[in-house]
Amino acid sequence: MPKIPKPLTTTLSEAIHEFVRDGDAVALEGFTHLIPFAAGHEIIRQRKRNLTLIRMTPDLIYDQLIGAGCARKLVFSWGGNPGVGSLHRFRDAVENGWPQPLQIEEHSHAAMASAYTAGASGLPFSILRGYTGTDLPRYNQNIRFVQCPFTGERLAAVPALRPEVAIIHAQKADRRGNVLMWGIVGVQKEAALCAKRVVVTVEEIVEDLHATPNASILPFWTVDAVVKVAGGASPSYAMDYYQRDNAFYKRWDEISRTREGFLRWLDEKVFCQQSAPQPVCLSLAGTGSEKL
Amino acid sequence: MNNDDYTADEIMTVVASRFLQEGQVCFVGIGLPSVAANLARLTHAPNLVLIYESGPIDTKPDVLPLSIGDGDLAQTATAVVATTEIFSYWLQGGWIDVGFLGAAQVDKFANINTTIIGAYDQPKVRLPGAGGAPEIAASAREVLIILRQSRRTFVEKVEFITSVGFLNGGDERGLLGIPGAGPKAVITDLGVLTPDPRSKELVLSQIHPGIAFEQVRAATGWDLRASGDLATTEEPTMEDLRVLRDLKQRTEAAHAMRRSRTRFS
Repeated sequence: MPKIPKPLTTTLSEAIHEFVRDGDAVALEGFTHLIPFAAGHEIIRQRKRNLTLIRMTPDLIYDQLIGAGCARKLVFSWGGNPGVGSLHRFRDAVENGWPQPLQIEEHSHAAMASAYTAGASGLPFSILRGYTGTDLPRYNQNIRFVQCPFTGERLAAVPALRPEVAIIHAQKADRRGNVLMWGIVGVQKEAALCAKRVVVTVEEIVEDLHATPNASILPFWTVDAVVKVAGGASPSYAMDYYQRDNAFYKRWDEISRTREGFLRWLDEKVFCQQSAPQPVCLSLAGTGSEKL
Repeated sequence: MNNDDYTADEIMTVVASRFLQEGQVCFVGIGLPSVAANLARLTHAPNLVLIYESGPIDTKPDVLPLSIGDGDLAQTATAVVATTEIFSYWLQGGWIDVGFLGAAQVDKFANINTTIIGAYDQPKVRLPGAGGAPEIAASAREVLIILRQSRRTFVEKVEFITSVGFLNGGDERGLLGIPGAGPKAVITDLGVLTPDPRSKELVLSQIHPGIAFEQVRAATGWDLRASGDLATTEEPTMEDLRVLRDLKQRTEAAHAMRRSRTRFS
């Protein structure tokens, strides 16, 4: 059944309230680029609980959601602070069960990307040539092996990903709710197409996308809500809008190292910020909306 | 030039860059591999094609990326493709000559652990995990590994195989049908280890100037042997060092500039 979008009439807080429910499997995707931080912070503010968080690279956004107590389980393929080191809140949850125990389901990037593709393709599982000889299948029941019916080759199989909700950030949407993104597009399209509900935040809403024929577009009838949140991917970046805040990624190492430091940051920078009543820039300093 | 003119990290990076040849297609990991691969591109291999798992193909960044998906990688690439395509068409499809990886731990048979120290269910240290490495290690035609050498990082047998080297050695890798040939060299701050052609055990085949064999053994968690034709590494040239230092300086300046844009400070 085609979705009736209500793209431009909703706020971020309404969209998260309506489309993300306690206990959902949620995928906030964006491979280093276009990570939907503002939407993640709104999930924290609304104190959603028992989520299964799905993301290839949990990055700072899932470190924050895990530390804030939103997650019961994490499905992932690389859980570090890129170029910096550990994700301390993720490690504290896995190593010490703080603030609550975190189940993990661990894959490789190639397997997760193909699991999203299978979900978007309406298939029950995906196959890849991988995992042979590694210890990952030993600890993850969702990695199995099948035999090719034509050649007899043994291949790895992983179940399709089908989250209840996908949340992505993109550069632009038009007034009908068609969404356009470019640059490193990761698995955003696959994540959106395999999910039951889709929330998109964008840098700007324009009359005409001026997209080239092969552009990476999510048509309006595939998304449930589109909200303008300029700067909504910071401290990750939005190509042609603002750069990655590498200095903040480095500082996160220190902020998140202790529970106290993390909770202080969470209180000041997430909980003390009002949810926006209108489509509005959640970027605190307003730097996000500057074109660079 | 004498030994005081460059750091241990610099000779490691320069030596690693020399393993990459003009015209090769290299799937690059972030961190040390990315530094060495870009150094190769800026010195002896201008047509080295760099591919990062975030999607940039044939990228020529002016500064080193902090993350695997920095904007510079996309801005300077010939093409940027979806993550699914990078792994399925380009890697699994067989287009990669060299997979270039870092590691938290490597063992005697060049297997890599980037997942866990201790028991899986009760880890002592939870490491980031697999990323793209398992399939890069399996599907690239050959693999280079770069990491600093110590007893903590060079162990007899890794507790967890995240990415395959030669498993238990000999023909095991080939018998399992893993397509690529596996690690060609492990490049460290002390020397270069290469697999024995038959047993596939890593042996020291190259030692950096001023380093004693006993020093390398002391930094290795197994009874390391030297190959019969153990060579001393050729020192970095002035040009190698100039290009490397310029690259690092540009990178630091670029990353510091962005500090003013911190949203949460």
